[in-house]
Amino acid sequence: MAMEQLLELLQDNAQLTPAQLAVMVGKEEGEVKKAIARYEKDGVIKGYHALINWERTESQKAAALIELRVTPKKDTGFDEIAGRIMNFSEVESVYLMSGGFDLAVTVVGRTMQDIAMFVAKRLSTIDGVLSTATHFVLTKYKDGGVVFNSDYEEIDERGSNLCD
Amino acid sequence: MIELNSLLNPTIQQIKPSGIRKYFDIANEMEDVISLSVGEPDFHTPWHIREAGIESLEKGRTRYTPNRGFAVLREEIAKFISRHYHVDYAPETDILVTVGGSEAIDLCMRCVLCPGDEALIPQPSFVCYEPIARMAGGVPVIIETKPENGFRLTAEEIEEKVTDKTKLLVLPYPNNPTGAVMRREDLEAVARVVEKHNLLVLSDEIYASLTYGEEGHVSIASLPGMRERTVLVNGFSKSHSMTGWRLGYAAGPKELMALMTKLHQFAIMSAPTTSQYAAIEAMKNGDEDMAYMREQYDMRRRLILDGLNSLGLKCFEPEGAFYVFPSIKCTGLTSGEFCERLIYSKHVAVVPGDAFGACGEGFLRISYCYSVKHITEALERMQAFLREL
Repeated sequence: MAMEQLLELLQDNAQLTPAQLAVMVGKEEGEVKKAIARYEKDGVIKGYHALINWERTESQKAAALIELRVTPKKDTGFDEIAGRIMNFSEVESVYLMSGGFDLAVTVVGRTMQDIAMFVAKRLSTIDGVLSTATHFVLTKYKDGGVVFNSDYEEIDERGSNLCD
Repeated sequence: MIELNSLLNPTIQQIKPSGIRKYFDIANEMEDVISLSVGEPDFHTPWHIREAGIESLEKGRTRYTPNRGFAVLREEIAKFISRHYHVDYAPETDILVTVGGSEAIDLCMRCVLCPGDEALIPQPSFVCYEPIARMAGGVPVIIETKPENGFRLTAEEIEEKVTDKTKLLVLPYPNNPTGAVMRREDLEAVARVVEKHNLLVLSDEIYASLTYGEEGHVSIASLPGMRERTVLVNGFSKSHSMTGWRLGYAAGPKELMALMTKLHQFAIMSAPTTSQYAAIEAMKNGDEDMAYMREQYDMRRRLILDGLNSLGLKCFEPEGAFYVFPSIKCTGLTSGEFCERLIYSKHVAVVPGDAFGACGEGFLRISYCYSVKHITEALERMQAFLREL
């Protein structure tokens, strides 16, 4: 149970040190270090990222969600096509979906034009892809559990009370 | 010009304002202040609970409720108390929904205390008991709990202060500001003295859901013979992060609850309707939120406790609420001096222990209802501060 907590804590804030984590879950620092090393080795922990709100920076970024309908292969099903799509560095994530389409692919590029060209030239031409539908991201409200849109950002309104 | 002061109630005029104000005023003037001073959760009210309030507004449910509160809410509160704290109350007669736990405290004191009656108030504790007892016409008698007892109240301490005028014992556990809790055996000892001297107990259990460790919270009302002489006060502020909804409740013997209801009906009419709708949802489907928040607080508690101890500030382990109460006696400073210097030099706001009674001198109240990042940053600043002393 404590180790599951460890993963949740890291998911929330990967900057916590093993010493802090150990105190919080009530384990020895050495145990926590070992557990993290094992999680990394076993591929439970896949990496550590910063959550960046690119809209607040000067750099240009565009993102899109692309719905793909594909013909699954006889032996490998959807895996083979998904594997081909994953190879593109433009592709941020690939999900196999239930419902009206098969693969959901998120793509990032410098401009919408770049993404449109990528879909037209690279994705829709893959053998087995029946159709694509590209939805551009206009703004990001929340990502990775964190609110991005400043209108909804948390303001700590506490502290004016004198006897709590 | 009228001489207004002569027309105002001297009892209230003479009550000192809360000692916390000064630090808020200083903190408000500064930028980049890191505060560990507030006494309310940083979690938002869980969304499903807020939604229940919103839905009631959309449907136009904005009338007064029955004086005691909605029957269904009282039923849910009775079930909640029974399932978590193992005391059974009749929703029709034993439960009153109030404007926060604070109103329940006020009502109880006013319904019990007559001029000259004494109320025993353990300190350090929440700042309201003493002024309310006084305004009710009673005489507050302070019991100073001790760090060597983990700030628990002992039977001997009650015996020392009890007189034939004593009527009421305030039992503020889990305790703000110390984080102390009363274990079953501590309560059993207190209960014997309470029975012996025929006292009533005002048990302020607003932090009950934030009790860490295996045993969990024990209510004195669950001990044999104590239900009949206890007013159990609780609410939604801390357990369900609902401070601003201003909703609490009292549960107790029906004769006393009838008096409190009478007073409530004249002074308040009924607790806020929207809040009551939200609270029904909180009681029905909020146990998981409560457990989640407790777990989060518990992790922060360990972090801050470990941090303070490694700074050399001696801290007994708090087992409830969301405060730690470290001793700063090793610095040679008074609580007030420490807090003032800390805020000016490092922009960290904490509350001096003596704001919660004279015996809190030499301690700080540090709240951990803040993010881990915030807590870590504050600890770093405190470390720098202590090095420079």
